[in-house]
Amino acid sequence: MNPALPGSTTAPSAERKHSTVRSALEHASGDKRFKILEAHLKKHQYRQDALIEILHKAQELFGYLEDDLLLFLAFKLKLPPSRVYGVATFYHFFTLKPKGEHTCVLCLGTACYVKGADKVLEAVKARLKIQPGETTADSKVSLLTARCIGACGIAPAAVYDGVVTARQTPQSALDKLNEWRPE
Amino acid sequence: MTFLDLVDLRRKHKANAKRIVLRCCMAAGCMSLNSRKVKERLDEAVREAGLAGVVEVRGVGCMKLCCEGPLVQAEPDETLYIKVTPENAPEIIQALKGKPASVPTTNPHAPFFAKQKLIVLANSGRVNPEEIESYIAADGYSALHHALTEMTPKELVETLVKSGLRGRGGAGFPTGLKWGTVAKSPGTKKYVICNADEGDPGAFMDRSVLESDPHCVLEGMAIAAHAVGGDQGFIYIRAEYPLAISRLQIAIRQAKTLGLLGAGIFEAPFSFNVELRIGAGAFVCGEETALMASVEGKRGAPRPRPPFPAESGLWGCPTLINNVETYANVPAIVRNGPDWFASIGAATSKGTKVFALAGKIRNTGLIEVPMGTPVRVIVEEMGGGAPGAACIKAVQTGGPSGGCIPRDLLDTPVDYESLSKLGSIMGSGGMIVMDEGTNMVEIARFFMEFCMDESCGKCAPCRAGTVQMHKLLDRIAARRGTARDLARLEELCDMVKNTSLCGLGQTAPNPTMSTLRFFRQEYEALLQPERHARSFQTEAPVPEAAAR
Repeated sequence: MNPALPGSTTAPSAERKHSTVRSALEHASGDKRFKILEAHLKKHQYRQDALIEILHKAQELFGYLEDDLLLFLAFKLKLPPSRVYGVATFYHFFTLKPKGEHTCVLCLGTACYVKGADKVLEAVKARLKIQPGETTADSKVSLLTARCIGACGIAPAAVYDGVVTARQTPQSALDKLNEWRPE
Repeated sequence: MTFLDLVDLRRKHKANAKRIVLRCCMAAGCMSLNSRKVKERLDEAVREAGLAGVVEVRGVGCMKLCCEGPLVQAEPDETLYIKVTPENAPEIIQALKGKPASVPTTNPHAPFFAKQKLIVLANSGRVNPEEIESYIAADGYSALHHALTEMTPKELVETLVKSGLRGRGGAGFPTGLKWGTVAKSPGTKKYVICNADEGDPGAFMDRSVLESDPHCVLEGMAIAAHAVGGDQGFIYIRAEYPLAISRLQIAIRQAKTLGLLGAGIFEAPFSFNVELRIGAGAFVCGEETALMASVEGKRGAPRPRPPFPAESGLWGCPTLINNVETYANVPAIVRNGPDWFASIGAATSKGTKVFALAGKIRNTGLIEVPMGTPVRVIVEEMGGGAPGAACIKAVQTGGPSGGCIPRDLLDTPVDYESLSKLGSIMGSGGMIVMDEGTNMVEIARFFMEFCMDESCGKCAPCRAGTVQMHKLLDRIAARRGTARDLARLEELCDMVKNTSLCGLGQTAPNPTMSTLRFFRQEYEALLQPERHARSFQTEAPVPEAAAR
C-alpha cells in the first residue's frame, strides 16, 4: 500500500507497524533536529566515510552523542553500532555525556602551560569541585581541557562558551565562573 | 578563466586601489582581542571623516606580532599601531591627516620584523583572505597558470627536486622525491591531501597561514595535483580551528566561482577539486596513515609502512600528503624558479621556516626565517629575550616529539641536521622558550602525559610504554623516585622509541631523553635513596621496618 497514491487511506502509523526494527530506531518524536540530520546524511549521500562529518553535525544539533543517536546513525549509514561507537569514543571532540549550560575550555598547550595555565586549572577545579571532562551537579558548567587551540600568542588562553579569551589568570577565570554561577 | 582574465582582474584591482590603506589583523589571536570591533569602528570613522574615497580599511591576516594585538598598520607610511581598541579608531583616522595619535605604536623595522624572510607569510597581513581578487592582485594563481600551460608534470617534479624543499610538517622528507614517487605510481585515481591537523601544542603556523592566505595553499595543492596526476584534494583540518575552516570554505567557493578550481582550469585539460575534512581532536591524526584512516571515516589508527601512501594511500590509491607550509612554498618556487629557493637557507635545508615563538619571551608571535639562522638570533634578537630579569634556560622545538636546546647551545643553526644531532627535531615549527623558573622534569612529564592521552592504543610499546614512563616521571617529579626508577625510565625510553608503530610512540620519549641529556642534574636532585621509596611493583608504601 503506497501512502503516496491518491485515494489511498493508509495512515503513516500503519506503515510503521509493518517494520518493528525500523520503528525502534526511527524517532516518532517529530524532533526537527532529526530532519536536519537526515538532510545532512543525504548531502553526504549516506556514505560510510562521512561518519565523522555526520557525528560533528549530530553533536552540534543535540549537544552530545547519546546511545540512541549513535544507533540511529549506525542504522542510517548501514554500519555496525560497534564501528560508530568506536569512532565516537576515539576522538576527544565527541562527548557521549550531556554538557552543561556553559562550557569552560582551558588550553593546556605548551605555551599556555609555561605561562601558568596549570594554576588557572587548579583554581577552576577547586571552585567547581569537578575534574576536566565533567559537568557540575547542577548542570551549569562543563569543564574541559584542550591540548592547544593555536592561540599561543595570547597565552594562557581559554574558551568560554565558544569565545576565545586571552591572558587568563586564576582570578579572571574565577570572575567568569562567577558570572555564570554567582557564588 | 583564461590568463588574460586573470591579468585583467589584477589590473582592475590595482587600478581601484586607494592611496591609503589601514590593515587590521583579523586572525584568531587578534580577533579574540576584539579586532573585528576595531575594524568596524575604523570603517565608521573613515566614513565620518569623509575619507571613504581615499582610505581603505582592509581586514587582513596575521600581522605576526601576536602579543601586541590587535594590530593596525597604515600604508604607505608603515605606522604600526599596537593594542588598538575600538575607541582608538577616530584618533587613527585623524593621524592620517597629520594629527599625531596617542595610540601606542611599535617600530615596524625592529629586528622581529626586519630579520624575517617572507615566502610563506609574504601575503599574510597584506591581502584580504576573504577576497580572492586581493590574492590575484598579489600575483596569485599566476604560478598555477605557468605550471599548467608551460610545464609538464615531469618538469614540475624536477623543479621541486632542484629547489631542495623538504616537508615542513616535521620529518623533513624531500618534497620533490615524494611528488616523484606518487607521479610514478601506477593508477588512474590519485589523491592530494593537505595535512592541516597541526596538533603540536604551542604551534600555530599552519593556522595562521590558512586564516591569512588560504589561496596560497590551494594554489600549491593544485600545482602538486598537476605534477602527480591527481584530480581530488582533501584538506584535513582540525576542528579546533573554526576561523581557518571558514576562511578555507570561502576561499574554495570563490576559487570555484572563478574557475580556478574545478574542471578545465585555465582551459587546460586539468581538473582539481578540494574538499575539507574536519578532524575531531586526535593528535595522532596528524600522522599520515592515521589521517587517511580518519578521512575514510574510521578510528585514527596508523598502519605500518610500507606500503607508503605514495603507492597505496587513501582507499588504496596513490596519495600525496604534504603539510600546509610545504604547499604554501610551492607557488613561490614555481614563480621564481628552483635556483632562487635553493639560494636561501642552509646546505641541506633550503628555503625558510615559519616558527611560532611562544612561552617566556617578550615578542610572542610568528616569524619566518631562512634555514640556518642561529636559535640565539631568533630568541634574543627577534624575540627580545625572556621578560623581566629572567634568563633563557632552554628553547623547546618540535613539541611533544622534540627536545630542548639549552642556553649554552643557542648558537645552533636552525636546520634539520643540526637539531636532530642535539636530540631534538625541527618539528612543525613550535618554538617554546623557557626561563629559569621552568622545571625541566615537569616539562618532560607534561609532554609524556600528552603522548599518553593521545596514544591511539594500537601498539603495546606506545599504549603501555607511555603510561609507565608517565608514572615514573610522576614519581620522580613528586620526590618519590629512586635511581632504579631513573634507570628504568631510560630503558623504557629506548624501547618505546625503537619499537613503536608510528611517529607518535617513536618520538614520545624525545622530550624526556632530551631533558635527561642536558638537565640530568634536575632529575638527580629529586631522587630518593632506595629504602625510603616505594617499590616499583606495588603502589603501597613500603614500611620502614620491612625495608630494613
